[in-house]
Amino acid sequence: MATVRLKKGFDIHLVGAIADKNITLSSAPQSVAIVPDDFHGVIPRMEKKEGEHVAAGEPLYHDKNYEAIKVVAPVSGTIREVLRGERRHIDAIIIAPDQSHDATTLDLKRPAEEVLLASGLWAMMRQRPYDVVPVPGVQPRDVFVTAFDSAPLAPDLDLVLGDNRQYIAKGVEVLNGLTSGKVYIGIREGQSIDAPGAVVNTFVGPHPAGNAGVQAANTVPVNKGETVWTLDIITLARIGELFTTGKVSHDTVVAVDGEMVQQPRYVKTVIGADLETVLKNELTNVARSRIISGNVLTGVKVEPNQWLRAPYRHITIIPENNVPDEFMGWASLNPKRFSIYRTFTTWLGGLRKPVSMDSRIKGGERAIVRTGEYDAMLPMDIYGEFLIKAIISGDIDKMEQLGIYEIAPEDFALAEFADTSKLELQRIVREGLDKLRAEMS
Amino acid sequence: MNKIEPSFRPGGKLAKLESVYDGMETFLFTPNATSKSGVHIHDGNDLKRTMITVVVALLPALLFGMYNIGYQHYLAIGQANTGWFTMFLYGLLAMLPVIVVSYVVGLGIEFISAQIHHKEIQEGFLVTGILIPLIVPINTPLWMTAVATAFAVIFAKEVFGGTGMNIFNVALITRAFLFFAYPSRMSGDEAFVKVDSALGMGDGTVVDVFTGATPLGQVATNVGDSLHMTNVLGEPINTLDAFIGYIPGSPGETSMIAILIGAAILLLTGIASWRIMCSVFVGGLGMAALVHALPSAAYPASMLDPMTQLCLGGFAFGAVFMATDPVTGARTKLGQYIYGLLIGVFAILIRVYNSGYPEGMMLAILLMNAFAPLIDHCVVSSNIKRRARRAAIKE
Repeated sequence: MATVRLKKGFDIHLVGAIADKNITLSSAPQSVAIVPDDFHGVIPRMEKKEGEHVAAGEPLYHDKNYEAIKVVAPVSGTIREVLRGERRHIDAIIIAPDQSHDATTLDLKRPAEEVLLASGLWAMMRQRPYDVVPVPGVQPRDVFVTAFDSAPLAPDLDLVLGDNRQYIAKGVEVLNGLTSGKVYIGIREGQSIDAPGAVVNTFVGPHPAGNAGVQAANTVPVNKGETVWTLDIITLARIGELFTTGKVSHDTVVAVDGEMVQQPRYVKTVIGADLETVLKNELTNVARSRIISGNVLTGVKVEPNQWLRAPYRHITIIPENNVPDEFMGWASLNPKRFSIYRTFTTWLGGLRKPVSMDSRIKGGERAIVRTGEYDAMLPMDIYGEFLIKAIISGDIDKMEQLGIYEIAPEDFALAEFADTSKLELQRIVREGLDKLRAEMS
Repeated sequence: MNKIEPSFRPGGKLAKLESVYDGMETFLFTPNATSKSGVHIHDGNDLKRTMITVVVALLPALLFGMYNIGYQHYLAIGQANTGWFTMFLYGLLAMLPVIVVSYVVGLGIEFISAQIHHKEIQEGFLVTGILIPLIVPINTPLWMTAVATAFAVIFAKEVFGGTGMNIFNVALITRAFLFFAYPSRMSGDEAFVKVDSALGMGDGTVVDVFTGATPLGQVATNVGDSLHMTNVLGEPINTLDAFIGYIPGSPGETSMIAILIGAAILLLTGIASWRIMCSVFVGGLGMAALVHALPSAAYPASMLDPMTQLCLGGFAFGAVFMATDPVTGARTKLGQYIYGLLIGVFAILIRVYNSGYPEGMMLAILLMNAFAPLIDHCVVSSNIKRRARRAAIKE
């Protein structure tokens, strides 16, 4: 039990936070979908065809290289469509749910790794290096579980967890059996958790303190040749539940918030549920809204006729473009034009007031000019700017030396927000990780 | 703007001016582009805002520079009691052609280069274009300024890839080009005080006692054990004159007060690195104190007391506006301290012990520009070694 104080980073306070902590129960979804892109590192090979029936928890597809990694159906129903894009890339697998409530029960007498792989929960975890679904057969040095989400407007994970907190202890026990090291759980100040067998550390500081990778870097950093797993407390509780009842629950509580949401609230639904059902009364001003599955920093833009993406417990709706053709925005003295830098006047009114922000980039892409911007947003012992340059120039040795194994794209999300040069840092980091992974295999 | 857009896109009549159109459009209107990948919200700050803030920080030095040109001029023609506004107006008219030439030549090259590469016009020259008139002696012929600007923009910037990619500060390369190509016009009596009329204003005959050398120029040629610094009329001047800026020199560099106002703007907005700025002054002050402790008639500048040393010439201007250029300076925190200190030390070292160059700041900054990547490399290497050691212990 230690307390880690992080100074770097920034909490963006957006308007549209949830005031009411009650959880609304959503009606049964019209359709449920799994998007393979959400499970980075898994190349899908379908196990089910269009028109076939699946039970909840039954595999939809497995990985091309490791057949044991399964991605499962969150509900029982019929596969309505396998949406394919360019070069037969699978965009989404859409299930029309039935009310049969068939669910797969797993045999808990098999080795824990096999059970996890078959249950689909394995695919919900990530590993460092590369920020991909963990490779089976590689024993992780440690497991890092984050118990809070520090991103803008993020849900309170204690609330999302609800009664499932009873399964945390079991989850820790299972993961302790799979790692050669320890299970670390990161909590925020004031949070408490009952997790015998785990090392609980408190993290004080602004976002990205809630990122599992940031927590790992500030406790036991990842070195070359080592593997650690990262997951959040919700997945940990699901693992505990699986090893208690033999079944995986795919229900989830989702925070629906942001400026364009009339009544920000928590909604209980199921993984992959269609947004038309989940957002029923919120889709009034679709043309001016951007719907994000996840938070404004790391989430994915989705259309109103699409689905809640599997890794997220959060839907944010922000305005698409508040001020079309803003005249000479760079000369603006408007205190409402939000900037964390003092080149604008926002800071005079304080940076803690909730602000309205739209999705405009507000500038053109440039070479890196200002110094220290990335470092101020990345609480790790890493020279962010030099690492980004190494990735852009494709210098694999430099990437390794500068610590690419410790990072995931999400760790650079805040730097991407703050970047004066408007570079797509998360995309750059992702490409760097993919390149390295291809090179090492 | 949207109506005329199609003619600028590929296939349109004016497709050759696409970059210019983009440049004008993004200048007038914040781009409507919304994020496609990655984060969905972006900070309001962009490079345009950053650059324009630097230009604002340069304004006090620019305005005082204009006034001082007029002040020195009317002093030289024996009309010292002319009103301050007339003096300012004269300076304005004297500087306007230089500013126009600097921007037209520099931006022209940037526009052409952007169009050749089919890129957006970038705003790096906004600052360079105003820095050049501030550091080039006022009597430099316009064609020289044009040639030097063109040389600097092409060979110090565009060949490296444009804004953000250059190794040396572009404005200083302009100054250095002039300094080495036309040395006779860059120092001495005739460089720094404009005595003829500016666009028809301020006619007069120069008084007999006139001497146009800068205090540092006078120091360099000083003979004997005591220093004699005078204004254009041969009257002695002191540190306070240099601090306020009533001395001959390049337009932007004379007034410590105006430069400090600019420094305050840069530091308050967080654009310039306070680490670099402060360590340049610390390095300069330390070195100046050292040479002052060992005064010698052979090196007259060693007889200047440290505070005067910093107030004279381009030291303060270089420390505040040139050394802090993030593109050409050190980028790591520790590196910035080292980089700044060495600039301060070298500037005074060159000033005092190399009589060929009474002004050392330009060369000191250009020298350290070359070494900045090396300094950063050493600092980053320590991080790399720490990581390697951590991995080794584990095994």
